[in-house]
Amino acid sequence: MIRNLFAAALLAALAAGLLTAAIQHFRVTPLILHAETFEGEGGHSHGTEAVAAEHEHAEGTPAHTHDAAAIEEWAPQDGFERTAYTTLATVLAAAGFALVMGAISMFANIPITFANGFLWGIAGFVTFSLAPAYGLPPELPGMPAADLVARQVWWTGTALATGAACLLLAKTRASWAFAVAIALVVVPHIVGAPVAPDEPSAVPAHLATEFAAITLGTALVFWLVLGTVFGKLNDVFAARSATVPTGAIA
Amino acid sequence: MNTATNTATNTVSTGLQSLSISQRIIAGSLALMLGLTLLVGTGFAGDFRLHNGAHDTRHAMGFPCH
Repeated sequence: MIRNLFAAALLAALAAGLLTAAIQHFRVTPLILHAETFEGEGGHSHGTEAVAAEHEHAEGTPAHTHDAAAIEEWAPQDGFERTAYTTLATVLAAAGFALVMGAISMFANIPITFANGFLWGIAGFVTFSLAPAYGLPPELPGMPAADLVARQVWWTGTALATGAACLLLAKTRASWAFAVAIALVVVPHIVGAPVAPDEPSAVPAHLATEFAAITLGTALVFWLVLGTVFGKLNDVFAARSATVPTGAIA
Repeated sequence: MNTATNTATNTVSTGLQSLSISQRIIAGSLALMLGLTLLVGTGFAGDFRLHNGAHDTRHAMGFPCH
């Protein structure tokens, strides 16, 4: 059964990840590449000189790598290599999300099926895409942003709280559960995401808004496909292992 | 894994519902550990190779990047 869980999770991740990587290739990455042409032009705090200076003494702390500094570091070549790495990273991230989803299903004892896979997908989208984006809008390279670690902490905390709310409502619809779930969803936004420095963005506004809309739309597709395919595969594997040994029930 | 294959020969498995609590905890823990490792590696790790390799994915999936 453990093998079935992993096989279903990884196959679903492959399907959703490859589809998402294709959408990213045609609709998302062009915007990133376009934005990178503006990087360093505006009042962006990650300007080339600043990063070069900062990076000298921060050699041992890889948390401080930036694009400008990365010019001397390894990075995939634009073109096929970059697309290949992005595709691989997207599939691996998809596998990560699928396995976390599978783990939650195990711990909470709520099977992921074809019938409820759509809802798992919606919950994943709200937890990992919509709620974090509500405080930290999808960012393009070159946009001013708050401290990276502070944003990562807020992103993680928001995902945990929102996911806990979804899980609670999946387990019980008692009125206290609604109250707790609403609190879990709202509190991260009352605490507030780290605020970006008030400086002009190097990236034109129309690129940023287009990017935000397209990444959220793509995330919705990703999560719905992941949840639905994961559920379908679970159903198929469960039916197969149920019929193989005896066939008495069937 | 061994116990799962051994029992599978004489028991009828009928999907996730039939798993015992200990089976669910083992499967869930393994999935969670591997899943979080993949997510940290693609979305959060500071190492410049991981950052640069997964750069566009981080932006596209809404992870904080720069």
